[in-house]
Amino acid sequence: MNRLWQWPAAALRNAGRVSLFLLQVLAQCLPALRHPREVMLQVYNSGARSLIIIMLCGLFVGMVLGLQGYDLLQRFGSESSLGVAAALGLIKELGPVVTALLFAGRAGTSLTSEIGLMRATDQLTAMEMMAVDPVRRVVAPRFLGGIIAVPLLTAIFNCIGIFGAQLVGVGLMGVESGSFWSQMQGAVQLGDVNEGLIKSICFGVACSLMAVYEGFHTEPTAAGVGLATTRTVVSSAVLILVIDYMLTAAFL
Amino acid sequence: MTDGNRTIELGTGLFVLLGFAALAFLTTQLPSSGIQFSQSGDVYRVAAHFDNVGDLKVGAPVSMAGVRIGRVESVRIDPREYKAVVELAIEQQYGRIPDDSDAAIQTAGLLGAKYVGVTAGGSETFLVSGSQIQFTQSALVLENLVNKLFASIAGKDDTAK
Repeated sequence: MNRLWQWPAAALRNAGRVSLFLLQVLAQCLPALRHPREVMLQVYNSGARSLIIIMLCGLFVGMVLGLQGYDLLQRFGSESSLGVAAALGLIKELGPVVTALLFAGRAGTSLTSEIGLMRATDQLTAMEMMAVDPVRRVVAPRFLGGIIAVPLLTAIFNCIGIFGAQLVGVGLMGVESGSFWSQMQGAVQLGDVNEGLIKSICFGVACSLMAVYEGFHTEPTAAGVGLATTRTVVSSAVLILVIDYMLTAAFL
Repeated sequence: MTDGNRTIELGTGLFVLLGFAALAFLTTQLPSSGIQFSQSGDVYRVAAHFDNVGDLKVGAPVSMAGVRIGRVESVRIDPREYKAVVELAIEQQYGRIPDDSDAAIQTAGLLGAKYVGVTAGGSETFLVSGSQIQFTQSALVLENLVNKLFASIAGKDDTAK
């Protein structure tokens, strides 16, 4: 009976630890903003360096949407609605989710292994000995950098994706360019853009939190760093998809 | 300042700028009708009055015999006649359209988008910039047709009894 309760108890304890860590990080966010250079460096590390992969993936996701959307819509003779389908699909779902998943894989892992290695080499303990709060000095700037980077990356992903859909739909499949854009502008509302923006901010918080949490609580061994990096990707991906469902249900 | 610092600052600045530009594009250009990606180089504009335009959108294609010849530039209401005024921008290369041509609002497919179909007339004079298409045919509103159908069925039933 005891063993039966062990797993849910451990899960609950983990959830509690992550929540407490989130509060701890949030409390240090304002002090961390007093060193904007440090935050800027993290925006560069996790945002600017993910730019190429985000743009490449956005282009191909958009192009696939163009192909699939055209194939589906032409069965109903309404292929001129391709712009609407591609834009809404990208802005509301694919853009935020795919960007966040890529971000977790590209930037989240590097954050975890960086902080984890600091833990393994006792750098974080050394900071504590010198009365420097490692959460303020190391964790908070990385957390903030991630939150700033994800919505911006999502916006870039969306734009490139729409361009990719237009490239395939208008250029390859011969959808009328005028109706592609005019129908898109007629159907997309500011609320849809805001929904995607709110989603991407939430995903940014989730991804960055999981990355810094796993890094900060790494078992200080070489194997521990590897394990923490794996856990970051898994827990970020699950968290993103669960949050996505909840937010979509809330916005409908 | 070291070289590495400069690269980082430049990269961050570029990234943030690009991100906000994309965000601005999504919030301002996508929902409203702001951008015109189709080249509006050599066009001339003619107007057409319709009783009902259905859900004709700005940017919808203008076609003749199924070939695209221009786009809808604006849709507004004539405050005196209470009719819809649709301004069509037709490409200059299709300059020889008879001025007694007929413009109809048609639907692509059963549920598709509305577009303006132009059928050529037989006149010797051609449409020029600023002229008006005299003969127009309004959009078929499906609900009205269904109403008429039901009304006629009901009428037949009455006379039969």
